Amino acid sequence: MPFFEAIRLAFAQIRVQKLKSFFTLLGVMIGVMFLIAVVSIVSGMGNYMKDELVGKLIALNSFELRQRPNLNIGDVNDAERRSWRTRPRIYEYDVPPVVAALAAGTGWAEYSENGVNVEAPYASPRRVTAYGVSDQYFTIKRMDVALGRLPTAQEYLLGSSVIVIGKDVQDHFFPSLNPLGRELRVGGVPYTVIGVAEPQGSAFGISFDGFLVAPARSPIRRYLNPHGVVDAVIIQSPTEAGIADNEERVREVMRARHQLHPEQPDDFTMETSDSALAFWKKIQGYLVLAGIALPAIGLVVGAIVIMNIMLVAVAERTREIGIRKALGARRRDILRQFLVESTTLATLGAAIGVGMGFAFAKLISMFSPLPAAVELWSVVLGVSVGAGVGIIAGVYPASRAALLDPIAALRQE
Amino acid sequence: MSQQTAEAPVSSTAERAAVLHESGRAPDSKWIIVTRGIQRHYDMGGEIVRALRGVDIAIARNEYVAIMGPSGSGKSTLMNVIGCLDTPTSGEYWLNGTLVSEMTDDQLARIRNKEIGFVFQTFNLLPRATALHNVELPLVYAGIGAEERRKRAKEALESVQLEGRMDHRPNELSGGQRQRVAIARALVNRPSILLADEPTGNLDSATSEEIMKVFEQLAASGQTVIMVTHEPDIAAHARRVVVLRDGLVATDDRREVFAERAGM
Repeated sequence: MPFFEAIRLAFAQIRVQKLKSFFTLLGVMIGVMFLIAVVSIVSGMGNYMKDELVGKLIALNSFELRQRPNLNIGDVNDAERRSWRTRPRIYEYDVPPVVAALAAGTGWAEYSENGVNVEAPYASPRRVTAYGVSDQYFTIKRMDVALGRLPTAQEYLLGSSVIVIGKDVQDHFFPSLNPLGRELRVGGVPYTVIGVAEPQGSAFGISFDGFLVAPARSPIRRYLNPHGVVDAVIIQSPTEAGIADNEERVREVMRARHQLHPEQPDDFTMETSDSALAFWKKIQGYLVLAGIALPAIGLVVGAIVIMNIMLVAVAERTREIGIRKALGARRRDILRQFLVESTTLATLGAAIGVGMGFAFAKLISMFSPLPAAVELWSVVLGVSVGAGVGIIAGVYPASRAALLDPIAALRQE
Repeated sequence: MSQQTAEAPVSSTAERAAVLHESGRAPDSKWIIVTRGIQRHYDMGGEIVRALRGVDIAIARNEYVAIMGPSGSGKSTLMNVIGCLDTPTSGEYWLNGTLVSEMTDDQLARIRNKEIGFVFQTFNLLPRATALHNVELPLVYAGIGAEERRKRAKEALESVQLEGRMDHRPNELSGGQRQRVAIARALVNRPSILLADEPTGNLDSATSEEIMKVFEQLAASGQTVIMVTHEPDIAAHARRVVVLRDGLVATDDRREVFAERAGM
């Protein structure tokens, strides 16, 4: 019997027994549904971490030269963390030699950050994350103003008391006023607001808009770092491929400046989005594994149910099998018929499960901060797992059907 | 065609005796069925039941033969062997020039598909399939494409005057119509023999006559027909009647001789 014929027959069978087929498929459906839901949420979180969180904190094609990792979440023991603190800081006088060594076309900006107290006559004081930055900072971060302007080259050079504030800072201090040209006292020093940055959004419910940016040489420098110290130098290559080259150039300069022997490890950090994501990648691996292992239990149960139902179907349809054999069906024809039936059944269940999984993931992302992303490979995985379950569950009942004696089968009432 | 109206031929006793004694040799193409010393034993929990104890039958092409016998005479077993649903414990069975007594299950399935058209007492139609699809079934297993299948199944149904009932399911058909669907199904793959097992057992006498007419027409048009029955008046429709008793051939005569002996 041709394959297509067997599939047509399987669908006819499913149509006749809709409710029974539905219950048969419940196990596979739920198994695949959770598989898809977990995979979607985990990969959604992955995308989120990459694009929204780290992507916003670390600019495109760039790395940050720092004393110690900034974003590396977890996965570090206390001893290691303590050893980071004993490393030399990055100093302003480190910056010119590092910058001189960079490949042509590379952008760079130094910055320091700290929480500072901000006061204004219009609202209560508030702690705001203040950044002291050099001139390419806004370009590298692809940050523009929604209102007003960015600091000019001259203001950077002179360290003028001008600031660009985030949306949250605007909302707090100037809920109904135009902030441009108004004064905020940053750490007691009066600053003039010259711009409001475009909203930066949020990740995991934490806003990225509670900041202010001032020229690095402006008076707040003394609240950000000890004299001459910078937190980081952002180094942005024109292409992704250029990152590694610039890392090597910077490493060479910094190792020489810190007089490290070849066997000594680096005593500074070059943080890329990949290195910041390393720990997340590890967690993601475990989550995907759990997301596959747990629904697998459901799938095993689903397989047993399908096998059971197929055994019942073979028993119910013994006479049909006898008729088919009398008319010339070989063992493999009968085997194929039942195998295709159980596989079609299970694949159908898996397909429904995939749909339900996506709906479930979307529902979760709608009602919780967990994001969800539809991954093509998980659809392929879900459907092929379903088909596999069908084949495995169908082998035994189908082989029983194939081996039936036609005379005995025909005699059955 | 003159054959359409002619009665089916009957092989002579002498011819049959000759072919039955050439043990181990393939019979010539005139013979569609030759069984030599067919035995079939069943092991019923340690006790050996000898259902067939050495059956010799020769049936030539175009014959219309009834196999008769009381229950327990072995006629069902013989019909299973002739129908290639079962293999004999010993003996030779030549069907259309091939020795089928030694074949495997799957080879037998191909032979059933190509050589034999079954008509059963209980019709054995697939209950959820339409008449057309039931008739198509042997062609499905013969590997014939859907279009050709449909065309041939329609022709077969037309030949039994059921062209108006093609899309009906068996439960929407009368007993006689069901049996005609079964006959169409049996003939659709142009088998060497039409093998009917109590074809009128579930039908009233008027419908039985109608089915017997169909058989007669088929036999007259050159189809080899073998009919297994326990009713003498049904058997008497065939041109030749083989009577089994206790797993052996008791008598094998022309209809006229049989009818005379049965007092009909």
